[in-house]
Amino acid sequence: MTRKQRRLVLIGCGLGVLAVAVALVLSALKGSIVFFNSPSDVVEKRVSPGTRIRLGGLVETGSVQRGDNLAVHFKVTDGKSAIAVDYRGVLPDLFREGQGIVTEGTVEPGGVFKADSVLAKHDERYMPKEVADALKKSGHWKEGEAK
Amino acid sequence: MIAEIGHYALVLALGLALIQAIVPVVGARLNDGTLMGVAETTALGQFIFVATAFAALTACYVFSDFSVANVFENSHSAMPLIYKFTSVWGNHEGSMLLWVLILSLFGASVAAFGSNLPAPLKANVLAVQSWIASAFYLFILVTSNPFLRLPDAPFEGRDLNPILQDIGLAIHPPLLYLGYVGFSISFSFAIAALIEGRIDAAWARWVRPWALAAWMCLTLGIAMGSYWAYYELGWGGFWFWDPVENASLMPWIAGTALLHSAVVMEKRNALKVWTILLAILTFSLSLIGTFLVRSGVLTSVHTFASDPTRGVFILAILVLFIGGALALYAWRAPLLKQGGLFAPISREGALVFNNLFLTAACATVFTGTLYPLALEALTGEKISVGAPFFNLTFGPLFVPLLLAVPFGPLMAWKRGDLLGVAQRLIGAAGLALVVIAVAFVLTQGGPVLAPFGIGLALFVMAGAVTDLIERVGLLRVPLPTALARARGLPRSAFGTTVAHFGLGVSLLGIVCASTWGAEKIVALKPKQTVSLRSYDLTFDGIVTRQGPNYRELAARFTVRQGGNAIGLMEPSKRTFPSRQSSTTEAALMTRGASQLYLSLGDMNDDGSIAVRLYHKPLVLLIWLGAVVMFLGGALSLSDRRLRIGAPRPAKAKPTMQPAE
Repeated sequence: MTRKQRRLVLIGCGLGVLAVAVALVLSALKGSIVFFNSPSDVVEKRVSPGTRIRLGGLVETGSVQRGDNLAVHFKVTDGKSAIAVDYRGVLPDLFREGQGIVTEGTVEPGGVFKADSVLAKHDERYMPKEVADALKKSGHWKEGEAK
Repeated sequence: MIAEIGHYALVLALGLALIQAIVPVVGARLNDGTLMGVAETTALGQFIFVATAFAALTACYVFSDFSVANVFENSHSAMPLIYKFTSVWGNHEGSMLLWVLILSLFGASVAAFGSNLPAPLKANVLAVQSWIASAFYLFILVTSNPFLRLPDAPFEGRDLNPILQDIGLAIHPPLLYLGYVGFSISFSFAIAALIEGRIDAAWARWVRPWALAAWMCLTLGIAMGSYWAYYELGWGGFWFWDPVENASLMPWIAGTALLHSAVVMEKRNALKVWTILLAILTFSLSLIGTFLVRSGVLTSVHTFASDPTRGVFILAILVLFIGGALALYAWRAPLLKQGGLFAPISREGALVFNNLFLTAACATVFTGTLYPLALEALTGEKISVGAPFFNLTFGPLFVPLLLAVPFGPLMAWKRGDLLGVAQRLIGAAGLALVVIAVAFVLTQGGPVLAPFGIGLALFVMAGAVTDLIERVGLLRVPLPTALARARGLPRSAFGTTVAHFGLGVSLLGIVCASTWGAEKIVALKPKQTVSLRSYDLTFDGIVTRQGPNYRELAARFTVRQGGNAIGLMEPSKRTFPSRQSSTTEAALMTRGASQLYLSLGDMNDDGSIAVRLYHKPLVLLIWLGAVVMFLGGALSLSDRRLRIGAPRPAKAKPTMQPAE
C-alpha cells in the first residue's frame, strides 16, 4: 500500500468509529435522558403517565406521612402547585419538611408521582440548582434563604 | 500577620511568573543562554513563594485564626487537627491554592531535573508553564483570595462541611490535582514543540515520564474519590456518572490515550501530530474539569461556592488556553515532518485502535456531561443524563477496546501477525470461555451479560500474563533461561503487564459488584434480625456518643454466618451542631474482597430504625485494580531508559594505550 492509501485506511477507520460513537450517543439521548420538571410544569404540561421525569421542589410542610415498611407519602410544592409523591425506602439525611429536594420516577395515572429515588442537598447552605431555579420562576424564592 | 505574608508571597509568585512567561521565550528566539537560564531560577522561586503562601494558609487553619474569612467559613476550633489540615483544600480558595502549588512544583521539577533537555526547549516549556501559572495566580488574587480578613474576628468558625470531614478527602484532592496539573507539563511540551516547529522521538521520551506520573496520580485519585463516595454517601454505589466524576474521568481517558500514542512516537517516530493534539486535549480536559467543578455551573458537593465572576474568569482562562493552543496547532502542526510507515496490523496499528476507541469513548462522556448544560443554556429545558446513557454509549465502545488489550503487546512492530497472536492467546481465551460457562451454570437466571463481563475481565488478565510468558519463553525454554530473560526484560515491559492486569482486576470488581450484589432495605426494632445471603444481622441496640465536634448515634449489629458470630457492625449518624447538618457513616465488613455494607436511615416513632444492607461481591477489586494499575505505571516509570531520557550520543571509547 502506498502512504496515501494507508492514510485513507486510517482516516476511514477513524470516521467509522466516530460514526458508531455518534449513533450510540444519539440513540441513547433519545431513550435515556430524564427531564426536570417543577410541580407547576407537571400540572401545566400534563406530563403523560409512565414518562420518567425528575420532580423538584420543596417538601410541603405538614405533608409527610410515614406508613409501614418504609413507605413515605409527601407533597412536593413550588408554591403554585403541589404533587403528591409515593416513595418506599430510606430518605437522605437532609430530607425534612420545607427543604428542597429532587425526586426521580414516573407519574401514575391517578396523578400521584411514584418516586424511586429522592435526592436532597448535601449541605445546609445549598439548594439543588434546579429547585432554586424553579422556585425563582414561580416567585417563591427568598433571597438569602439559601445561598 | 501570617495571612498577610501568604498573600504577599502569592503576589511575588505572580511577579516571577510574569517574568518567566516572557524572558525565556525571547531568549530562545535570540538563542541567548542567559535569558533562557532565567526560567530555572524563577521556576524554583515561584515554587518557594507559593509553598510559603500555602504554608501560611495552613498555619492560619492550624492556629484557628478566625479573623481570616476563609478559615472562619470552613473550620472550627474543636475539629481534629488532621481535618484542620485537610480543610485547607476543602474549600474553593484553598483548593485553588493547592492547584497552583502543584503547578509550581511541577515547573520547579522540570527546572531542576530537566538537565538533559535542549536549552531552547526547556526555556519554552517553562515559559508556557508560567503562562498557565500567571493566569491562575491572577484568578486566585482577583476572585478567590484565601487570605482576606474579616473586619470583626468571630469567636468561632462555621466548621467544615461534615461529609468532607473524612480521611478519604485528605488524600483524594491532592492526588487528583497531581494528575490534572501533571498533564500541564505534556501540554507545555506540546506548545513548546509547536513554537519551535520541530519534534522528534526524543520529545516523546521526555514527555512520557511526566505524563505517566500524572496518569498514575489521576488513577489513584479517581479510585480514592470513588471509594470515598462509596462509603461516605451511604448509597453503596461506586460510580454515579455524576458530571463531577466525569470531569476527572475525561482527562484520565485522554491521558491513557496519550501514554499509548507517545509509545508509538518514541519507538517508531510516527503519530507525532496526533500525539501533540492529545497532549493539548488532555490538559484542556483537565482545565474543563476544573471549570465544571469550580465555576458553580454544576451543583455538587464539590461546588464550594458559586460566584459568577469566578465562572467567567475560569471560562476566560479556558477559552484563552484551549483556543490558543488549538489555533497554534492548526497553524504549526502541518509544518511538522511526517513520521514512519506501518501496516494496519501491527503494534502501531493496535495502539491506533486503542487511541481511536479511547477518544471516541471520551467524546461520549464529554457529550453526556456537557449536553445538559448546553441544552439548558440554549432552550432552558432541564434534563439529567445518568447511568443509562453512559451504559449505552461508553459500554459498547469500551468492550472492543478491552477485547483488544491482550492483542496489542503481543503484536510485532511495523508488521504484525494477527493469526499468530490469536494462537498465542488461545490459552487465555480458553480460560475465559470456561469461566463464562461456569458462571452461567452457577448463576442461572441472573443477568445474562454478567458472565461475559467476567470472561472479558479474565481474558484481559490472562492476556496480560500471556504476554509476559511469551516474552521470556516460559514453558518453551528451560526455566533458568526464562528467568535470565525475565531479568533482562526492561521494567516497562513488566509495567505494561501489571497495568493491563490491573485493568482486568478492576473490570472484574465492577462486573461482580454491580450485577451480583444483593440489597435489602428494612425497618428493624431492637433484637430483630435481618438476613442477606448467608449473613444474619441482629440489631442489638442504639448507643450515643460525643465526638470532638459532633454527636453520634450508632446502631450496633451482631453479624452471624451459619450461627457463628463473626463480628460487630456499627453504622452511625453524626450530627454537627455548628452546621446543623448530619452525615451517615456506613459500616463495612470485609470478607475477602467482598463487603457487607450497612447504613442507617431514619428513626421511626415506633422505635424501629431503617437500614440499608448490601452485599457487594468482590467490590474491593475495583479499587485494588486501580492500585495495581498505579503500580504498573510506577514500574514503567522506574525503567532506566525513561529515567535517563533521550539517548545521548555515545562517548568515543578511550583508545587503548600501547604497552610500553
